[in-house]
Amino acid sequence: MASVAPPIAHGAARMRLREDGFAHLILWAGIAITAFPLYLTLVASTLAPQEIAQAPMPVLPGDQAWHNYRTALLEGATMRLSPPVLTMMANSLVMALGITFGKIVVSILSAYAVVFFRFPLRMAFFWMIFVTLMLPVEVRIVPTYAVVSDLGMINTYAGLTIPLIASATATLLFRQFFLTIPDEYVEAAKMDGAGPMRFFWDVVLPLSRTNIAALFVILFIYGWNQYLWPLLMATDKNLDTIVIGIKKMIGTGDALTEWHLVMATTVLAMLPPALVVVAMQRWFVKGLVETEK
Amino acid sequence: MARVELRGISKDFGAVRVLHRVEVDIADGEFIVLLGPSGCGKSTLLRIVAGLEAASAGDVLIDGRRVNDVEPKDRNIAMVFQNYALYPHMSVYDNMAYGLKIRGMARAEIDRRVKAAAAMLEITELLGRKPRQLSGGQRQRVAMGRAIVREPVAFLFDEPLSNLDAKLRVQTRFEIQKLHRRLRTTSLYVTHDQVEAMTLAQRILVMNAGRVEQIGTPAEIYARPATTFVAGFIGSPPMNLMRATVTEGGRTLAVDGATIALPRPFAPLSGRSLLFGVRPEHLRLGGEAFEMEVEMIESLGADHLVHGRLGREPVIVRAGSDVHPEPGSRVRVGFEPGAVHWFDPQSTQRLAP
Repeated sequence: MASVAPPIAHGAARMRLREDGFAHLILWAGIAITAFPLYLTLVASTLAPQEIAQAPMPVLPGDQAWHNYRTALLEGATMRLSPPVLTMMANSLVMALGITFGKIVVSILSAYAVVFFRFPLRMAFFWMIFVTLMLPVEVRIVPTYAVVSDLGMINTYAGLTIPLIASATATLLFRQFFLTIPDEYVEAAKMDGAGPMRFFWDVVLPLSRTNIAALFVILFIYGWNQYLWPLLMATDKNLDTIVIGIKKMIGTGDALTEWHLVMATTVLAMLPPALVVVAMQRWFVKGLVETEK
Repeated sequence: MARVELRGISKDFGAVRVLHRVEVDIADGEFIVLLGPSGCGKSTLLRIVAGLEAASAGDVLIDGRRVNDVEPKDRNIAMVFQNYALYPHMSVYDNMAYGLKIRGMARAEIDRRVKAAAAMLEITELLGRKPRQLSGGQRQRVAMGRAIVREPVAFLFDEPLSNLDAKLRVQTRFEIQKLHRRLRTTSLYVTHDQVEAMTLAQRILVMNAGRVEQIGTPAEIYARPATTFVAGFIGSPPMNLMRATVTEGGRTLAVDGATIALPRPFAPLSGRSLLFGVRPEHLRLGGEAFEMEVEMIESLGADHLVHGRLGREPVIVRAGSDVHPEPGSRVRVGFEPGAVHWFDPQSTQRLAP
């Protein structure tokens, strides 16, 4: 914010400098509060176990990074018999991507049906979808578990993802977006001879791509961070997701915890969502600034 | 190219009837304008021809074939929408080619048609752009291009100029005219702008409240409006209409206590109370017809509109820009040789002559 102020505006400039300084102070404080735990995690993941056990813990990175990350990725926390972190990350990835793609496909199609077609009980269907907003996984977890168990999907990837796919939020989001698509496009497509699915592929889907990108970010993180459902669902430890894995690595009671590995796993767990956000951000912002209607 | 016939078209939206038995024959290659105020049903009529809306009663015939149950795409007609409805994510080229692509036309033929239409509309250099990179006038051309490449039997225009500024509107109007002269495609054109209607149409269909008031050439509609609605809707400023009684065996007219001396005796309706109409441009200041009190002068540059009152009836006179009567003064008004009009006050229909 360095600008050359004419002498007459000196007082105002000083005033602004003070305001800017104050704003910066608050922002830096916010960053420090958010970032410090992350920094400590990062540091701890590079220390040897004995160094972490010291009080106070060193605040500068150690030299065990390579060893810690290698052990975590390939072997896991062996003392607690956890699978290698690589397996856990693969599980998490399958689950997160399954939920993300499944939700987007199901919700965009259902929103398309609700917005562009006139069929009996259309609004009833819409409200039925809407009402499920009031029933998050936690509320319906017992019946959902019973159903999945009866279908023999316990300890499968299908069981891990499918129950989390049905989504009112994404359907609503697409519905709101579809409602802003002018009727003239539909009519122009009718005159052009495009059938409903053709119109969906050629017009609706390309117009929705920024919405899809935004949803992808949100849903991927939602899927990646799932805890309760995989905890209940997957008793086979080869199906442990990374979020479950971290929890299991931490010993209770007298059991020993390999904190250097836990910290390395934590850092690894944060990477994919961060990558998704960074990779999709360009699209995300593009979708916000660029209106195509 | 094709004949389009509408046979007793009615349309109900719930309990509301928005079209009442509309009947019209549109000749092959004719340019017909559907004119009327907002909500008169003209767009609905156009959409029924397009097949985007189903008529509640009546038939649409294209070249003698009843198309009520034919899908819009199979009617072989093209439509230019008010907001152009260009697909925002497709280039100009793809927008124009889309309908042909869906029909499974060969790539080379699509390319030929799109390029030919683009050349005709002078948008060749825009083919690679997206609609958002175009001005309103350019979008309008692309929308027309999309219709032209289809080589349809009829064009439907739904207020295609209403999103353009005044200058561009005149220019585009001229281009639509040129295009029609060149392609000779049957065209139905919806507008609420009488200038567009007068300049573009071979015939105008004037609509009001879902009914056809009059069908005729622009000259006929101007010279012999069939109803008081048409008389008031066509012409700017609108025709002066006043309640009057024919007196003195047809030589004079009594209007709210004042008297008008008629240019020609009008004996057949002597003694009857009716609506008398005369256009502002068929009146002049000075003359022996009547005297009125001036209320206001509107200067349009080329000429002045003198607003006055005859009794309580408002009268507008189109006068040259060199006359400046004072508001509040009284002026003599005379008739130009142009027509005067008579309407029945109950039915609002035109009376002879």
